[in-house]
Amino acid sequence: MSDNNTQTTFKASGVDIRGLHKSYGDNEVLKGIDLEVKPGEVVCLIGPSGSGKSTLLRCVNLLEQPNAGVIHVGGFDATDLDVDLDKMRQKVGMVFQQFNLFPHLTVLQNCTVAQTKVLKRPAAQAKETAQKNLNRVGLGDFGDRYPDQLSGGQQQRVAIARALSMDPTLMLFDEPTSALDPETVGEVLAIMRSLAKGGMTMLVVTHEMSFAKEVADRVIFMDGGVVVEQGPAKEVIGNPQQPRTQDFLKRVLDPTHVEIAE
Amino acid sequence: MAMTTRQRARLSKIIQIVIFLGVIVAVVLQVDWRILGDNFFAFDKLGPIFPELITVGLKNTLYYTVISFAFGLALGLLLALMKMASFAPYRWFATGFIEFFRGVPAILVLIAFGYGVPTAFPGTSWPQPVVVMVSLGLVSAAYIAETLRAGLQAVPKGQIEAARSLGMPAWRAMVTIVIPQAFKIVLPPMTNEIILLTKDSSLAFILGASMAQYEMTKIGRDGITSLGAGITPLIVAGAFYLVITIPLSLIARKFESRSARTKR
Repeated sequence: MSDNNTQTTFKASGVDIRGLHKSYGDNEVLKGIDLEVKPGEVVCLIGPSGSGKSTLLRCVNLLEQPNAGVIHVGGFDATDLDVDLDKMRQKVGMVFQQFNLFPHLTVLQNCTVAQTKVLKRPAAQAKETAQKNLNRVGLGDFGDRYPDQLSGGQQQRVAIARALSMDPTLMLFDEPTSALDPETVGEVLAIMRSLAKGGMTMLVVTHEMSFAKEVADRVIFMDGGVVVEQGPAKEVIGNPQQPRTQDFLKRVLDPTHVEIAE
Repeated sequence: MAMTTRQRARLSKIIQIVIFLGVIVAVVLQVDWRILGDNFFAFDKLGPIFPELITVGLKNTLYYTVISFAFGLALGLLLALMKMASFAPYRWFATGFIEFFRGVPAILVLIAFGYGVPTAFPGTSWPQPVVVMVSLGLVSAAYIAETLRAGLQAVPKGQIEAARSLGMPAWRAMVTIVIPQAFKIVLPPMTNEIILLTKDSSLAFILGASMAQYEMTKIGRDGITSLGAGITPLIVAGAFYLVITIPLSLIARKFESRSARTKR
């Protein structure tokens, strides 16, 4: 990884969510969420599975259609029916738990395809941008490989480079390390840490508490479709106020000593 | 005498081979080789059907297959997309079409378009290649539609989500991300479809066309009555079908192993 690349600063935009509701049939997953992420801020969403944190993240770039509420993303009103969603998504990078690299394209093509087809960048410029971002994630020499020739951690780093190649002003991470072998988690977190240092606005759904504590400006604990507690990362994780937060963190931070009620 | 499992397996294999060879020998002994030769392998009498079997028959078989497949593929893709559409009437139409043309014998469709259309609409008469293309195209479109739909739906949903997240419109995600991956999935069943079409093109014989429009089976059948070589002309015509279909299978297999390398 070349150092001058990791020091690049980003043009950042924020997120503003008001009164967000989302249901699947009778099952209400999000019960009125208010959430603000300021430009350049790193916010981690934590909580038990089924708490709605992934759904919330997927609502931000409208992969899920909310039932009610307003979402503003970098100057776009995402819930306006007339908004150009494709234009908006170009500015919002998304990293998935399962990487979702395009298996029929090389690593380099994964990073250039949207630049040329969507942003209409000339091939040479797209390639240059892709190479810069592959260098940034430490995979500059892997451009000719296919995704299935890489480890999980490498694939996820390519997925990050692919998203960065669109020059996003906001990055969404949906449990980016949950599908990884333990020994490759660190390399992905290292990339994310360097993005945070570069001033990227990041909204991260994660179970990596030490990462959240160290990197996040703010942590939001969700349970049952509502925000239970939020605040500076060190306070929420180090000294949680709500019983549900305390219980969750105990289970996550010390899983060998969880007691099961008979 | 007790036998080990391995000895028993070997004995079983030997018995199978003996029975197999026995059946073949019995059949061979029953055959009257002189009559068989006169009726199945009288190649010396085939002079009159050459070169027409190739210059007309093989050419027309290929021609009918290719135009029917092109029409069937275009229509089949349309039907597959209709079947996946959110607008319900599209799905109903596609389902009805597919069930109908998949369930009716191709020969009935050929008769309907070859004789039914000129009768129902006096004055309209399609040239034979058009009748074949429309009839076989409609039937193959029904099969192709189901194959394509299965292939398109086999591409994981995360691929579309990733493409849309990069700002691709739905059609662009389809064209650039989904269809290339679906192509690899549908290649083997698609090869099947072309091979079936190649053989179904022989049904064109019922349309009773002029000599220039004969395909291989028609020429072979006419040869039976005119040459006095038994069904030898059909045997030869059959061999030429294999000349088309076997290379097709080989090409498809080559494609498959190549895509298997890039996508395990």
